[in-house]
Amino acid sequence: MLLRRNQDLTMAEAARGPGGARVDLVLVAAMVERGSRVLDVGCGDGELLRLLSETRDADGRGIELSREGVNECVAKGLAVVQGDADTDLADYPNDAFDYVILSQTLQATRQPRAVLEHMLRIGRHAIVSFPNFGHWRIRLQILFGGHMPRTDNLPYAWYESPNIHFCTIKDFRQLCNVAGAKMEKAVALNPWGKPLRLTAPWWIWNMFGEQAVFLLSRKH
Amino acid sequence: MVDAQVIARDCSDRVREAEHPRSLLVRFGPDRPLALNAGVDLSPFQIAYQTYGTLNAQRSNAVLICHALTGDQHVANAHPVTGKPGWWETMVGPGRPIDIERYFVICPNVIGACMGTTGPSSINPKTGRPWGLDFPVITVRDMVRAQAMLLDHLGIESLFSIAGGSLGGMQVLQWAASYPNRVFSALPIATATRHSAQNIAFHEVGRQAVMADPEWRHGRYLVEGTNPHRGLAVARMGAHITYLSDAALHRKFGRKFQDRSNPTFSFDADFEVESYLRHQGSTFVERFDANSYLYLTRAMDYFDLAADYGGVVANAFKGTPTRFCVVSFTSDWLFPTAESRAIVHALNAGSARVSFAEITTDKGHDAFLLDEPELFAIVRGFLDAAGKARGL
Repeated sequence: MLLRRNQDLTMAEAARGPGGARVDLVLVAAMVERGSRVLDVGCGDGELLRLLSETRDADGRGIELSREGVNECVAKGLAVVQGDADTDLADYPNDAFDYVILSQTLQATRQPRAVLEHMLRIGRHAIVSFPNFGHWRIRLQILFGGHMPRTDNLPYAWYESPNIHFCTIKDFRQLCNVAGAKMEKAVALNPWGKPLRLTAPWWIWNMFGEQAVFLLSRKH
Repeated sequence: MVDAQVIARDCSDRVREAEHPRSLLVRFGPDRPLALNAGVDLSPFQIAYQTYGTLNAQRSNAVLICHALTGDQHVANAHPVTGKPGWWETMVGPGRPIDIERYFVICPNVIGACMGTTGPSSINPKTGRPWGLDFPVITVRDMVRAQAMLLDHLGIESLFSIAGGSLGGMQVLQWAASYPNRVFSALPIATATRHSAQNIAFHEVGRQAVMADPEWRHGRYLVEGTNPHRGLAVARMGAHITYLSDAALHRKFGRKFQDRSNPTFSFDADFEVESYLRHQGSTFVERFDANSYLYLTRAMDYFDLAADYGGVVANAFKGTPTRFCVVSFTSDWLFPTAESRAIVHALNAGSARVSFAEITTDKGHDAFLLDEPELFAIVRGFLDAAGKARGL
């Protein structure tokens, strides 16, 4: 899990903006206040950390499972440690960061609920982006194809996928309630990386959003 | 292994190096004693060190290199006794990851060693003879305290970085814990916050080998004109195995015979690996002092950073301003990755800015001294980023 380079093809075909940055990452970065302390869980090759440092003046740290990803990040001068979201978040103290980000990694964790709870404990805010398994194309593949869905950004066969805990936008909102998270902001993106209308009802998002990004905080 | 004449020459060479090293030297007189953990003052004492590069006008580009158990200050120049290249020339030099065209590199010989900094083979001013076992037992904290005095002497308030592997890494951690405001960035490599029971056990075997040599004479060999080279060589041979890995030994030697095609049915060095170890042992005794080996292994055994901080390593790094880059190697079974991970956990708990990389290699603990391109890329990237933050 958390692999996003070489061997990990999740989001390999993600939409990119004019500057070349991935649209979903730009959206995540835009939710971060300038000059914040940020922990990126599953930071891959460090693209988001670099973006946060350049555009948000953030003091960024990363955790990454794949050794290649970590070593590449460290060689770039990023503060990244080799580690596992499922086991290593427990070592971080409360309120150590302004934001803890889980970008396109939730579905690859063994304990999504525990991971989210740790994020809300470690950071004042949590930002989670994930592929929406409720998207109509995925629904159609199961309904008519009768097989586990595969898309450009989720290209794996079920038996070799690192993504073991898919959810829909509706499912994730339910997890937020269970984990005591307050939803401060949410955005759904269509396959071309365009945000869906904010006024659209949740079922529209759940049907037409290919990905979602949630900004969360602790419920008190 | 080594004939008597060679031993005599090496011995006198070493003794001269201990008192009058071919290095930079600073002497601390009775007015500036070194307060040791053992509860006594070491005074007078001296530190032998090497420097490379130029200290900038802001005095902000100094990098301290801490050597390992059997290393010395000759990190990037030919060794004055053996003539061999510096022990970390792949890492430290012009255009190297620790670039002496950018940084002012300082490498001191540690307290207790035998290349010019005061140790058991130095002359005890009270008796006019080598200290031997009268030398007080020293700790990693003592080594670091002495290095801080050297930096005071050089007028360097804050280090841009500090790097070291193994015992050197222990010094790096101790520095960061004891003088957080003097350490801008730190590279503890292949090390741990405490010496494990297994490692203490290996050290004890090495010390017993030295002490079992009849020429050791309860540590008075320099006074009595003997040389416990056989014991020290055996200690080195045993230790050397722990620096490698099963895979590396197999790759380099396998079961190959040395200069023969059949076993001799004797206890000669039939196998290449035996011949290699004997060579490691005999070259080591040319440059190293047996009592120093006892003292420095002891200092590593005693190292337990948590002990000074209420049993919790994280307390040693609470709120630290230092940027860390922790590195381990997959095949290092002396300081396995789990030890580095424990350092990282403690640093995370202290909210430190930390990077941690584990490098895939079959070269074992020694990998930090060898040609490991990934290690070089990581050190270079880490120092570049730290340099930017420091305005270098």
